[in-house]
Amino acid sequence: MDQVTADDFQVIDHCLMVRLPEEVDHHSAGYISRNADRHLMREEVRNIVFDFEDTRFMDSSGIGVIMGRYRKISCFGGRVYAIHADSQIQRILKVSGMSRVVEIIE
Amino acid sequence: MRNEMEIIFDAVSDNEAFARVAVAAFVSHLNPTLEELSDIKTAVSEAVTNSIIHGYENLYGYGRPADRKKVHPGKVQVQCVLEEDVLHIRVTDKGKGIENLEQAMEPLFTTKPELERSGMGFAFMEAFMDDLEVESSPGEGTVVIMRKKLGTGSWIDSEE
Ligand SMILES: Nc1ncnc2c1ncn2[C@@H]1O[C@H](COP(=O)(O)OP(=O)(O)OP(=O)(O)O)[C@@H](O)[C@H]1O
Ligand SMILES: [Mg+2]
Repeated sequence: MDQVTADDFQVIDHCLMVRLPEEVDHHSAGYISRNADRHLMREEVRNIVFDFEDTRFMDSSGIGVIMGRYRKISCFGGRVYAIHADSQIQRILKVSGMSRVVEIIE
Repeated sequence: MRNEMEIIFDAVSDNEAFARVAVAAFVSHLNPTLEELSDIKTAVSEAVTNSIIHGYENLYGYGRPADRKKVHPGKVQVQCVLEEDVLHIRVTDKGKGIENLEQAMEPLFTTKPELERSGMGFAFMEAFMDDLEVESSPGEGTVVIMRKKLGTGSWIDSEE
């Protein structure tokens, strides 16, 4: 379930696309952050898009992943987007105040 | 109707998903809404993860190359009581406990910013459950008690 593969991280047009796993929790958060940061270091990335298409569960560990990546790109004017977030994921983003730094695209 | 269950498991991240799925399964015969299930799973995940990473400071699961050397042998206990349509959850660890509980429960407060913790765990438990109580003593451990009334979803309207 936390099988995050290299295919889940792609840089297209200076935009890092991260396809999140089914469950974004403490167990999977480390993999996601580490892989995302590898791309941030090696390639020219301006914005990040988190794709929640497959994601059915997220807890505060996911907030840490998003917040941590946001800190790395916001100082260069980068933005963070969330796509395909279902109503539960959107609630989590809103309760945590993340909807202020992450643009939720319906 | 009253129904009770209790699980005790090793304090490693491998067991976080197990714990929240077990609690969700325990209430499934009440036909909770997806939203209620999601709330319960998130709250259980927060409490159990806190016991593992703060209480016992087990930062990774089994078999993680980075931390194979150090897995503390602590256990986390999750007890659930269902009284009619009210679910009581109690998550207990015998870890290091919390010095300043009031500060710990403030949103955004975390003692592990280097691990990218966001300090939202207690805030989520509070937001997604009806009731939250925490008891903790340094050196002895922490107990998180949560309560949620189920069946507030729309399915109940269509009954009868
Ligand atoms: N079971 C526990 N044992 C010891 N300390 C705890 C425990 N639970 C919480 N704490 C303390 O309370 C603080 C706040 O917990 P909370 O879950 O709100 O945030 P966090 O775990 O730091 O971050 P997040 O949950 O957003 O990843 C923690 O940083 C930790 O210091
Ligand atoms: Mg926490």
